[in-house]
Amino acid sequence: MKRSLLLSLGLLLVGALALLMIVSFFYTPYEPNAMKIAERLQAPSLSHPLGTDNFGRDVLSRVMAGTQTAFLVGSASVAIGSAVGLAVGIVAGYAGRWADELLMRATDALLAFPGILLALLLVSVFKPSLSQTILAIGILFVPSFARVVRSGVLQQREAEYVRAVKGFGAGHVNIVFVQILPNIASSIVTTAALSFSTAILVEAALSYLGLGVQPPDPSWGRMLNESQTYLAKAPWFTLAPGLLITATVLGFNLLSDGIRDALDKRG
Amino acid sequence: MTNTGKADAPVLDIRDVRLELATGSGRSLPVVDGVSLRVGKGEIVGIVGESGCGKSLLSLSVLGLLPPAIRFARGEILKRDGQALNRLGAAGLRRVRGKEIAMIFQDPMSALNPSLTVGRQVAEAIRLHEGCSRREAEARTVALFRKVGLPRPESLLREYPHRLSGGMRQRVMIAMAVSCRPELLIADEPTTALDVTIQAQILALMKKLREEDGTSVLLISHDLGLVSGICDRIMVMYAGKIVEEGPAADVLRRPAHPYTAGLLASIPLPSKKGSKLLPIEGSVPALHERGQGCAFASRCAHAMARCTREAPAFGYAGVSHAAACHLLEEEGEIVHAIR
Repeated sequence: MKRSLLLSLGLLLVGALALLMIVSFFYTPYEPNAMKIAERLQAPSLSHPLGTDNFGRDVLSRVMAGTQTAFLVGSASVAIGSAVGLAVGIVAGYAGRWADELLMRATDALLAFPGILLALLLVSVFKPSLSQTILAIGILFVPSFARVVRSGVLQQREAEYVRAVKGFGAGHVNIVFVQILPNIASSIVTTAALSFSTAILVEAALSYLGLGVQPPDPSWGRMLNESQTYLAKAPWFTLAPGLLITATVLGFNLLSDGIRDALDKRG
Repeated sequence: MTNTGKADAPVLDIRDVRLELATGSGRSLPVVDGVSLRVGKGEIVGIVGESGCGKSLLSLSVLGLLPPAIRFARGEILKRDGQALNRLGAAGLRRVRGKEIAMIFQDPMSALNPSLTVGRQVAEAIRLHEGCSRREAEARTVALFRKVGLPRPESLLREYPHRLSGGMRQRVMIAMAVSCRPELLIADEPTTALDVTIQAQILALMKKLREEDGTSVLLISHDLGLVSGICDRIMVMYAGKIVEEGPAADVLRRPAHPYTAGLLASIPLPSKKGSKLLPIEGSVPALHERGQGCAFASRCAHAMARCTREAPAFGYAGVSHAAACHLLEEEGEIVHAIR
């Protein structure tokens, strides 16, 4: 009961956000970047349900457009992180010996580096932009995926069923991709969902520091940055992106836990 | 050692194989020593012995599946066309595994992949050797399920192993093993994890496969009573060596080695009800405790002085029935002595 509750709550939150993102492609109440100085910092009303910002832009339209940035950063960085992490983890876990030693020490080094610092470094060395942000966050995720995959492969490699299919003539490629991967899929999916929420947080943090998504494109982190001066005067400007970040992170965390529990057959 | 009189070459010919365990100190201890055996076409040969006698390692060595700590030190393992399996290399072995010689293991729960449907697993086993489409593989899987006596094969395809009973899982394993029609099936304790009634069914299934397809079986077991019913010939292994071999009926009726006799005496039977079971006292000597003489001497009721000094050679105890025991040399007395 508790398990399905976690999963459905997570699905509900993520589903609602995904819906918001899809709608934002076709419809936002106003053009997200259209300024109207006469209407700046208006409180929520019927015409602007979440109020307006310091340039008179509609906050609802901007947070809706911000979901696109959030999902793009999340999915692209998770894709990079999981692809590289999967390759590293499989080689390290299956080949073992010096390959394992080499790859794992390298990921340890990456892991020892504070994540946000690494992202800051990468973004500031290159020109801050959306693609740099995605790349930086993706690299940040490699160690966690590599570790999850490596430990899974290491554990499954010695399983009796692997010995059995070897006895039927299975080669390494078949063993890794057909036999072992389905058995560690749940932990990979769990890590992916968790990383997704981290990606959104890191993107918000980088954008808040002015190093992520560049103005005038809407990003939740940027909106927080821009709104802090008006915190007392226009709290809705801060609350809207803040609550959405919270909801997204919570949603993906719940989803991650829910998936883990649901897929754990032995649980 | 004779083949069962067939003119064609044996499906498996193990010659004087020695397997060694590398110890930390650089020494290597023999775990299987000087074992030779042949399995003819359509023959069911049983290897019997208690845990740690090397029977499983011997069977793993055939397909090159030995754990890294065990070294193939000496001998040859030939398949039917005369190729030496021990010199085949990884790629060559892969082509033999499953296609010419297949192996099934003790615990069908852990030997099946928990995350794939059984239909997928059998289909994968077929596709490892035969480049057929998924649909073709599926159709063949259904036929295989029918052959091994699995009920409602079509719907079973989409079941996961944890939904099947132990006997059904072992049938699935056997279906995988015979999917490419191997000449030889090596079964390592295939019934140990199963209920007694299911054990008999699985053995009957192997017998059926032999009759229908001429599949030879090398059956490894610790249960002499169990294998006696289905094997043509029996090898008894003790401490890494074969101590007795011969036609199943012969070995059971007139055991020529005290160890075999001891095994037979320790089988509980309805006819022995009320009388005490006679276990073999002591345990198998550890690898480093095995010395010059007969490894069974420390537990043997008939041990003589020479038993601890020199290892016994094989002697004939009947037609194609041989045993390695000094008692054999006092022909005629042996059978009487160990009864």
